Amino acid sequence: MTDATNNTPKAKTSLLTVSPRVKKRNAQEARFKAYGIAAVATGLVFLVILLSTILYNGVGAFQQTFITVPIYLDEAKLDKNGNRDIEEIKKVSTFGYTPLIQDAIFAAIEEKAPGSEITSAKDTKALISASAAAQIRDVVIANPDMIGKSVEFRILAASRVDGYLKGRVTRDSIARDKNIDAKHLDVVDTLRSKGIVKREFNMAFITGADASESRPEQAGIGVSMLGSLFMMLVVLVLSLPIGVAASIYLEEFAPQNKWTDLIEVNISNLAAVPSIVFGILGLAVFIQFAGLPQSAPLVGGLVLTLMTLPTIIISTRASLKSVPPSIRDAALGLGASKMQSVFHHVLPLAMPGILTGTIIGLAQALGETAPLLLIGMVGYIASNYPSGPISGFMDPNSAMPAQIYEWAKRADPAYYERAWGGIIILLVFLITMNIIAIILRRRFERRW
Amino acid sequence: MPLLWLVLIVLALAGAGYVLGRQRAMSSAGGDTRHLHSLPVYYGSNVAIFAAMPAFLVLAVWLIAQPLLVDSIVSADIPATAVPEGSTLSLLMSDVRRVADGLDLAISQGTIAADEAKTLRADATDVRALLASVGVALGSDVNETTLSAAQEFRALTGTGSMAMTVVVLALALGGFAYAYSRTNKDFRARNVVERSIRGLLIAAASIAILTTVGIVLSLVFNTVEFFRLYPALDFFFGTTWSPSFGGGSELGVLPLLWGTLYISVIALAVAVPIGLFAAVYLSEYAGAKVRAFAKPLIEVLAGIPTIVYGLFALLTVGPLLVKFFGSGGTFGVDWMSGASSVTTAGLVMGIMLIPFVSSLSDDIINAVPQSMRDGSLGLGATKSETIKQVVLPAALPGIVGAILLAASRAIGETMIVVLGAGAAARLSMNPLEAMTTVTAKIVSQLTGDADFASPEALVAFALGMTLFVMTLGLNVLALYIVRKYREQYE
Repeated sequence: MTDATNNTPKAKTSLLTVSPRVKKRNAQEARFKAYGIAAVATGLVFLVILLSTILYNGVGAFQQTFITVPIYLDEAKLDKNGNRDIEEIKKVSTFGYTPLIQDAIFAAIEEKAPGSEITSAKDTKALISASAAAQIRDVVIANPDMIGKSVEFRILAASRVDGYLKGRVTRDSIARDKNIDAKHLDVVDTLRSKGIVKREFNMAFITGADASESRPEQAGIGVSMLGSLFMMLVVLVLSLPIGVAASIYLEEFAPQNKWTDLIEVNISNLAAVPSIVFGILGLAVFIQFAGLPQSAPLVGGLVLTLMTLPTIIISTRASLKSVPPSIRDAALGLGASKMQSVFHHVLPLAMPGILTGTIIGLAQALGETAPLLLIGMVGYIASNYPSGPISGFMDPNSAMPAQIYEWAKRADPAYYERAWGGIIILLVFLITMNIIAIILRRRFERRW
Repeated sequence: MPLLWLVLIVLALAGAGYVLGRQRAMSSAGGDTRHLHSLPVYYGSNVAIFAAMPAFLVLAVWLIAQPLLVDSIVSADIPATAVPEGSTLSLLMSDVRRVADGLDLAISQGTIAADEAKTLRADATDVRALLASVGVALGSDVNETTLSAAQEFRALTGTGSMAMTVVVLALALGGFAYAYSRTNKDFRARNVVERSIRGLLIAAASIAILTTVGIVLSLVFNTVEFFRLYPALDFFFGTTWSPSFGGGSELGVLPLLWGTLYISVIALAVAVPIGLFAAVYLSEYAGAKVRAFAKPLIEVLAGIPTIVYGLFALLTVGPLLVKFFGSGGTFGVDWMSGASSVTTAGLVMGIMLIPFVSSLSDDIINAVPQSMRDGSLGLGATKSETIKQVVLPAALPGIVGAILLAASRAIGETMIVVLGAGAAARLSMNPLEAMTTVTAKIVSQLTGDADFASPEALVAFALGMTLFVMTLGLNVLALYIVRKYREQYE
């Protein structure tokens, strides 16, 4: 080692001056840290962009353009014999109502916007939603006494008009649109300043049913919300007891053997199987083999149950494991059987954790779309409310994410806005469920 | 007897069994619970369990087995010559079932009498019109074979249901009587009840196995069916994907696999660096406050449903990319014709995968023992050198496992590619072109009214099988690596 001292260093270094090598190393250190900060920031920026895109695009769906006009319900057209016989009134189809609405709008235009280029009642067709006639027919059938009077109605404007008020439709973009012309937009501007055409909060989007491709202004997410609700009921009723029972067995009773190992490996693999494979399973087993009806929330619920079970089992086992062994020992020491110690003492103490896991599993199931596509919950118009609990489970329905997918596929850009709006509602549900889970965990979960 | 009534009767028997069993135990002990072996609840539960459990078990098995059995008997009776040209036995059988259901409906609505339905003849009555009047629409007129098969179907089903009712009720009563007769103060009711509860727990745990078995069977059967109609070699090595329901489709899986892998690689190229650096920063540099704030927020990305990402890709990212790379775009190049492309789907999927990579890697980095860091820092290494040369190599197997799990997610992801990647199956290198994936094609082949007998629909099961095998392989490998690694430091 004495030889080493003869090799005097070539350059004199001091601890007080920073050598180039240290400088380089420190710069590397700073760079590395900056990469980390950049990565975290990128993740957060993506989150902010995603959420603000959703909000920016979706808020519009909660507002809709309405036209408020008095409509004269002509007796000569709606009740020719004048005897207010409900059966005879029902015979008048929506075609009988359309001219009345058009006349009323035309009258309003002539009064409030004189000199407009709209010269005939028929020309107002572009302003009104195709759903207006059915809306008024329903009101008239419910109150036949209205016939012959002039009644103020709030009817939906056509989706192009709605888009114009929201900035989606512009004068440039309608140049090749045969549904609406610039003269209509002029009239809309005037009527809007007079308060006849207004943008208002649209409850029908939240509670309403889906509508056909040509009338996006009428579509709502209410029916598919019910479909989701019935599916979640199935998932809750099946996955909570089965998941808890399976976890209790695996955590408390299972002997260490091949069979238990097999089940454990199975569960961790099932948790990572792509959700669409569960859809194939549902299609083959529940629909092809068991003959359950297609598109029924019951089938959707069964598929989602199988999908969420691994999640629930994994979290339930974690919360059972966190109950200290002293609790079990104390119960056994006082003469309880193994089963009694588990069901009377361990399970109640693990319950908050189990419920938290279940709610998170449900939230995951609520947002899942791919398996629902395979069991037929898309491709049609979910327009009927279920008539009762049995029909709610068995009749074809859609679900919120499937409805959003359906809207995203339709050609009319007005439906995109509704898809974003549907996402806001879906996310509100998910956030609520997660907040409940967090509160449960904070308030009731014990630290041992 | 309707099923609901049968269930209710068995449940009522069980309820009565609970009360009676409890009473009998109490009276045998002279009203003093101290003389009983178990708590009185257990005696009651014992009788209830014996009344209900075997009965319900048999009921469930019967309900599954009967339709299969009836189907096979009836279809065996249909002569092969009766199957019309261009049709199959299974199509004929579905007609038979429809007619049988229709007859049931007609009887319950009172259109025809029960005896009349049994003696109905196709040449004497217009069965199609009759069924149409109760709301069952048939595609063609009903011939004699179909009608007589439907009548046989109804007769067998009727006999089966009757037998089921008798057997189930007999089992319920028998179980009730057996358990009731055993009830006395020395009977070890608790042990018996706990054994049955244990059986239930085991059954619940086995559902996981059943699910896997169900997945494998439903995939295998339909895949085998598909390969009978379409050569397996052409499927695995074909480079053209052009299904046409008219026949003459080419169903090569290679373009789909290419699209899947391409999109997954792009997604991982986005997610792995960001997720890994985020995990390193959060676990090694960030203070407790930053960590408590940033970690859950990044994990929110994992909780957002994939349909949201799909919409984001279709309506926001896609059009944005077109603005840059499309004709007349910012860069003045015309590389992109539509909003959907490999990059669109890959980028968005990458965002979705960030939290998977980051939280898994975070756990693994945290599991590296502190002493290793201390040793490295004590020798004068900077923090980043410690991380690069000590922590990451030690955590490498676990991180590889995390990346493999993320890759399996990417391969199995459906909604983002259905909405963002396009529908055209291509073997192309251009990342701005629309391509399609295995999952997207499963969706497109199985939605719609295709009958499940054509190769164009069955191919979806073969695709599902491919997907299942690929993701399962990745998962097993990843779990093996992670588990192996965990043991290293425990």
